[in-house]
Amino acid sequence: MAAADGSLLTEAVAEGRGEYRARTRRKLLILGGLSLALCFSFAVDLAWGPARYGLDQVVLALFNPDAVSAQVRTVVWDIRMPVAVMAIVVGAALSVAGAQMQTILANPLASPFTLGISAAASFGAALGIVTTVPLIPVAAGLIVPVNAFVMALLATLFIHFVSQMRGVTVQTVVLLGIALVFTFNALLAFVQYLASEQALSQVVFWTMGSLTKATWPKIWITLAVLLMALPLFARNAWALTAIRLGEDKAASFGVNVRYIRLETMLIISLLASVPVSFVGTIGFVGLVGPHIARMILGEDQRFFLPGSVLAGALLLSVTSIVSKSIIPGVVFPIGIITALVGVPFFISLILSNVRRSW
Amino acid sequence: MVSLQLRDLGASYGKKLTIAAVSTPEFHSGEIVAVIGPNAAGKSTLFKRIAGLLNGPGEVSLSHTSKGKKAISYMPQDTSANAVLTVYESILLARKQGSRWSVDDADLRFIDQVMAALNIKPIAFRDLGALSGGQRQLVSIAQTLVREPDVMLMDEPTSALDLHRQVEVLSFMQAQARQKGMIVLIAIHDLNQALRFADKVLLIADGKMQACGSPLEVINADMLRRVYGVDARIEKCSRQFDHVIVDGVAA
Repeated sequence: MAAADGSLLTEAVAEGRGEYRARTRRKLLILGGLSLALCFSFAVDLAWGPARYGLDQVVLALFNPDAVSAQVRTVVWDIRMPVAVMAIVVGAALSVAGAQMQTILANPLASPFTLGISAAASFGAALGIVTTVPLIPVAAGLIVPVNAFVMALLATLFIHFVSQMRGVTVQTVVLLGIALVFTFNALLAFVQYLASEQALSQVVFWTMGSLTKATWPKIWITLAVLLMALPLFARNAWALTAIRLGEDKAASFGVNVRYIRLETMLIISLLASVPVSFVGTIGFVGLVGPHIARMILGEDQRFFLPGSVLAGALLLSVTSIVSKSIIPGVVFPIGIITALVGVPFFISLILSNVRRSW
Repeated sequence: MVSLQLRDLGASYGKKLTIAAVSTPEFHSGEIVAVIGPNAAGKSTLFKRIAGLLNGPGEVSLSHTSKGKKAISYMPQDTSANAVLTVYESILLARKQGSRWSVDDADLRFIDQVMAALNIKPIAFRDLGALSGGQRQLVSIAQTLVREPDVMLMDEPTSALDLHRQVEVLSFMQAQARQKGMIVLIAIHDLNQALRFADKVLLIADGKMQACGSPLEVINADMLRRVYGVDARIEKCSRQFDHVIVDGVAA
């Protein structure tokens, strides 16, 4: 006990500070690396398709559109760009939603997919496709995404309010989420059973999740929600990290745990439901994205938050490339590919890094 | 100079009052107050009430709080954590709250000092999940110390430590209380450590304060029989510290 008598080991003491700064720099480098990888993946996503272009042509089309042919310009800007951007925005939004769900519910299994929010959205969408009855009055063209959004929002708020009840543990919340998944899947099956053949195929396609539904208005709305959410999470970065040490510990650090949980859950409800309502069920990104970020950056939210954004965006961007590379000329629904790409990668990460996985 | 007094303090979970009418004399800077009592007596509840984490009647009167300091810092009994954070990050977290992301060198320097003092520098960059129970307690003590409070509430801080570490940590806390003018309340089951390190002892049982005074005023054969149900006596060890010798369970 060096300081019991007031003395300090000054030389040895400097090590901790230096090591902390070095580790911070390393994390910034990792974030930089992830950003570069995302840029590369985005460019490849724009380059690949039935007509394959070189990366140099894509870069030229992006920064000097007049230098490329009208065909390249149209394919890159009008056909592939909305899908490529939507992949990044949706991946980021779902991953951040999952990250903060895992943080405030203190559970590694929490994500929009596992807690039934995606299933609720699917049911809402199916209801819109099959019955064409809007849950809130909207224009005919918006019935499907709005119904999906309303159901997803209701599911998220339900989970939130149950989690606030006295005596409810985090395990209860996750079990409840699983119950929601089964409930909405059953309801979905019920609606599908009643549907006409044409409506049924639409429902099945919707629930598979596809980025080909991307349009610029949908991208702007999702991006706006993401850009509204990130600064709010960033402002609470220390508090959210502290919550991972336990409610009592966080409160003893001066964190208003109840308020932060409420605020975070309300933001998550938008962040999780908006993308799902536009692109359908895309599983695993909300679960795997944050885990990848956690494993390579730890849970200090100053790095974990941007890490989750980049990991989710990268994951979905790579998946978007894979979805059109399996059979030339065929774009598979991305929801199918996310699991096929994400899960093996995830398992290999977990097994190689067990200690830091949760 | 800081002084702390509890006046008719109670705490409630929901509508049920779990501790009631705790009134103490004034505690002063530099004092160690041992809070003792049987299991489920209300010690942790009392700490949470003092720290402001629980509501209830009565008043926690704290005078002469130094400017800019965190007045009361509470170390919970449960130190388990599965967060993917290093020890260093978790201690920094205790010092850095608020919305500013950048970390000052002064904060890191202070954390280094506290970690060196508690001999936990070798585990500075280990993950929290990889620590033993004793190491977690030491990290938790560091988290409480870096907040530089006027009053520290430590809920069974030494329960997972070996004997040597217990004596070391309690001596360290005693020195810290004297040097920094803190009031340190320690909930503790080991009455021998209470006799040795505490300036005052607060006895709580069945949610009520039974006694508060000097260690020997509170810890005596009569109280040990009445509250703990054991036949015991107080004797001095070779270094003249008072010790409880338990003869057996009271008939």
